[in-house]
Amino acid sequence: MSYDALIIGAGHNGLVAACYLARAGLKVCVVEKNNWIGGAAVSRELYPGFTYSNCSYVSSLFRPEIMRDLELSKHGLQILPYEGGAMFTESGGYLGMFRDHDANRREMARHSKRDAEAYDRYARDILRHCRFIRPLLMRRPPDPASFRPRDLAELAWLGKQMFDLSEMAMYDMIRFWTMSIADYLDEYFENPVVKAYQAVGSIIGTALGPMSPGTAYVLLHHAMGDVDGNVGAWGYARGGMGSITKALAASLRAAGGQIRAGVAVEQVLVRNGRAVGVALANGDEIRASRVVSNMDVRRTFLRHVAEKELPGDFVKRVKAFKTRGSSGKLNIALDGLPRFTALPEGAPNVKGDMHFTDSIEKMEAAYDDWKDGRFSREPFQDVMIPTLIDPTMTPPGKHFMSCFVQYAPPKIEGRDWTDADRDAFGRACLDQIERAAPGFKNLVLHVEVRTPRELEAEVGLTEGNIFQGELTFDQLLFNRPVPGYADYRSPVRDLWICGSSTHPGGGVMGAPGRNAAAEILRDMKLPAKDMSDAYAVL
Amino acid sequence: MPMPSFDALIIGAGPNGLAAAHRLQSAGRKVLLLEAGVPGGGAAACVPLAEGFAPQPLAHLSLNLDPRVAHGVELARHGLRWAAPDLATTALSPTGGHLRLDGPAGAALQGAVSEADRAAWAALRARLMRFAAVLTPLRQMPPPRLARGAGNPMLKLAMVGLKARMMGKAEFRELLRMFLTNVHDALNDELTDPLLKGALAFDATLGTWLAPRSPNSLLLWLDRLSGGVGGVQGAIGLPAGGMGALASTMVAAVQAKGVSLRSNARVARVLVEGDRAAGVVLDSGEEIRAPLVVSSLSPKATLLGLVGSRHLDAGLITRARHLKARGGAAKLHLALRGLPDFRGADPKTRLVIAPSEEAVERAFNPVKYGQVPEAPVMEIILPSAFEPGHAPAGQHVLSAIVQYAPHAPKDPEVARAVLLEASLRQLEAHAPGLRSLILKADMLMPYDIEARWGLPGGNWHGGELSVEQMLFLRPLPGLAQYATPVEGLWLASVGCHPGGGISGSAGWNAAGAIMGVGK
Repeated sequence: MSYDALIIGAGHNGLVAACYLARAGLKVCVVEKNNWIGGAAVSRELYPGFTYSNCSYVSSLFRPEIMRDLELSKHGLQILPYEGGAMFTESGGYLGMFRDHDANRREMARHSKRDAEAYDRYARDILRHCRFIRPLLMRRPPDPASFRPRDLAELAWLGKQMFDLSEMAMYDMIRFWTMSIADYLDEYFENPVVKAYQAVGSIIGTALGPMSPGTAYVLLHHAMGDVDGNVGAWGYARGGMGSITKALAASLRAAGGQIRAGVAVEQVLVRNGRAVGVALANGDEIRASRVVSNMDVRRTFLRHVAEKELPGDFVKRVKAFKTRGSSGKLNIALDGLPRFTALPEGAPNVKGDMHFTDSIEKMEAAYDDWKDGRFSREPFQDVMIPTLIDPTMTPPGKHFMSCFVQYAPPKIEGRDWTDADRDAFGRACLDQIERAAPGFKNLVLHVEVRTPRELEAEVGLTEGNIFQGELTFDQLLFNRPVPGYADYRSPVRDLWICGSSTHPGGGVMGAPGRNAAAEILRDMKLPAKDMSDAYAVL
Repeated sequence: MPMPSFDALIIGAGPNGLAAAHRLQSAGRKVLLLEAGVPGGGAAACVPLAEGFAPQPLAHLSLNLDPRVAHGVELARHGLRWAAPDLATTALSPTGGHLRLDGPAGAALQGAVSEADRAAWAALRARLMRFAAVLTPLRQMPPPRLARGAGNPMLKLAMVGLKARMMGKAEFRELLRMFLTNVHDALNDELTDPLLKGALAFDATLGTWLAPRSPNSLLLWLDRLSGGVGGVQGAIGLPAGGMGALASTMVAAVQAKGVSLRSNARVARVLVEGDRAAGVVLDSGEEIRAPLVVSSLSPKATLLGLVGSRHLDAGLITRARHLKARGGAAKLHLALRGLPDFRGADPKTRLVIAPSEEAVERAFNPVKYGQVPEAPVMEIILPSAFEPGHAPAGQHVLSAIVQYAPHAPKDPEVARAVLLEASLRQLEAHAPGLRSLILKADMLMPYDIEARWGLPGGNWHGGELSVEQMLFLRPLPGLAQYATPVEGLWLASVGCHPGGGISGSAGWNAAGAIMGVGK
């Protein structure tokens, strides 16, 4: 039995790559160590009758081109945009957010008239930065050290994108890419709660605080997606985030691809410098003309490829690739809907993202704990109740609550997490919610607490980093994951990487998988079938 | 008008004002230099300490005096000498297990450091010095503009690019990767020794409002390493007579060139007539007219204070207001009745208290919230250990930069007292008995520095040195080429490219730009 391409890991990027390869006529097999598929885009029933999106929990970044190419809606995927969100303040008030720009503006005016006016300028500027970055997502980054025509052409294209902006816009863009979100927001807003709400997207998944330079870019990473063409909008995948990977799996099977779950890869087989297949944990071997790893680069090359097959410099760089986890997750089954007392009855804000960290300083202080190897005593949480919009995940009247939490370090003061640490971490989060929604704890039927330890053990994300590698400039574009290897290739011929460790990075985006497939097909001189180019319509 | 007429007025007689004055006067312009205080010095200007002790400068060492300025102004001919042209650094250990870094940028290591770390540091140092050398030429030109047909020095820029690429493919890639990385990771990828990492992390972030873990911090280390003394890259020097002597030598050189200098002449505003600079008005009300006005005060102070919103468009005023100028460093001066003993450390070295890179990070944490660190990190020199004249015989001066300090704490008086106490505690831990030697202690917080030296926020660089405020973004997008929208008004401040230190580079570059543009 031999395949044209064997993909390790049935996460969304592995499946996206597999789909494109299968559609181009390749014989494709995806192997997955877990007994279920989906990687970090999963829906799992961890409490009877309740479906949890127990890793990733909202969708916006997933590229619409990929959804169309792979006919995911035909295969059952539906993204439900959500309305609203709220930042609860210590004093018992709140700042709400809505999908409508003018509604946001009115709500901000309740806190600061000046900020409401600045919001027009802010939203316009962020959109401009989105417009610049979106076409870059579905392209292979050029290697600035290369003189190959393709790299030079790509660099020239990038240069043209830049120089098509006005001079001042170029300066502003470079500032934006390098600034901290705290400094950036200071240029627009004065109200601490307004600033805190806007800063949320700049720290999620990131081992940085809002005062760290580079966090404005992380905000962009969370703002550049869209739902149904609404840039910056977020939504729930109906049936949980696993619906995305389920639809991908169905699309793959329809194209003739194969998926084998519960099959753990031990080693990538390398003969004469070429990948020829994989050896499984049970001793079996699967042969393939090429192996595509959806695991992060550290896991791929430090655990599953013999070191002698790799150049020393490459191994050194992979070891130094930063994958520090910064987040944890609580997944909660609720007997009923908690009442957030600050919100008016019937306010739509409860259907969106809710937070309790009402200033940038508090967020930053939570990060200071992380730096010292502690979980945050007063954590930042991104709390969602998707069942308010998607009733398919729980029995009627019951709810599923997803709490994304920062910061949680990969190790506690240098040692591994214990169950007691995990429980203390969970309690700190539940207490924070209870303060905003008294009686909330009485509704809790079941809680799953996930720290970086659980994320690594179950999903295979090294150190629990949800982006398969930090999103700092030294690990973006042509630097991601390793300078000279930003083209989805590796030093081993026919061994490819397609996960979020590669450009353009993490989030349930699918772009790395799509780009890797494009490179593989190009390498094979095969025409890509059903693969649309990136578009930048806003 | 009773005054003789001048071609150019230069506001502020710091290193940049002096450098600009010298270059313009040399080119045949008649220059009047206006200084609000006593002649000359800027951040090298001194404040009194105690009876019998020499006044102390803000900047106490020379790291990046621009060789074009040193030669052009003929500092050596005017008497500049070095008490130490290539100062060694001692990374102090509270138990006496010090490390000593000799030679420029720590070329040689003495102390209990593993062989692996020695080799790794040698390689990392060589790499950083190489990267810094590639970037150095950028200091000696106005920043390019990101616009087609902007008249950029394309040949010079191409040479920088070529030199970078000539390092080889692997090194070029490393430069692009490390350019915006952080110091913490760059150190921890290579080294293990906490004391060594502490001293290096301290140097890399000295004078910035960043900590070792802050992304982009490595570039500031490269910036520091691109300087040097007397053509030796990475060297740090102590001028004979201290930095005040360097300042007065520059003043003497500039006066010898024929520049007129007026002290106690505080400029209240720039005179603007029909969108053109026409001179200045002093706070005495006196008007001095000239077709060219060059300000070496910080851009923020110049634009918001001396020009004002009447003559600038709203967008520029907003940007100037947002120009980041948070001073994170305090200055401590101690008059001591004897020489303190830092557990056997050579007092004729630069003493650094930074036990680990984490300690540097932790010293920054509270400052983000306007609070004072419990265990500040510091750079200490004892100028009186090098040469007489700084203190009465047998007595000593200790000069220290203390990081980090809040620039706008809730209670400035309390913050000063708390930081002084924390600093003395830190000093006592490394030099037992030091406290009993103290005759006088003077702690200058960022707001004190702002009050005495006129640097907004107490930031030593006239605006933070950070990537988003460097090169063509320094001091502000659109103003990086030293010209302002007010015709005839130019910026020549440390707040302009290439920024910090007692370098004179910005003044020299600005004068060049003026002459290039002028008739």
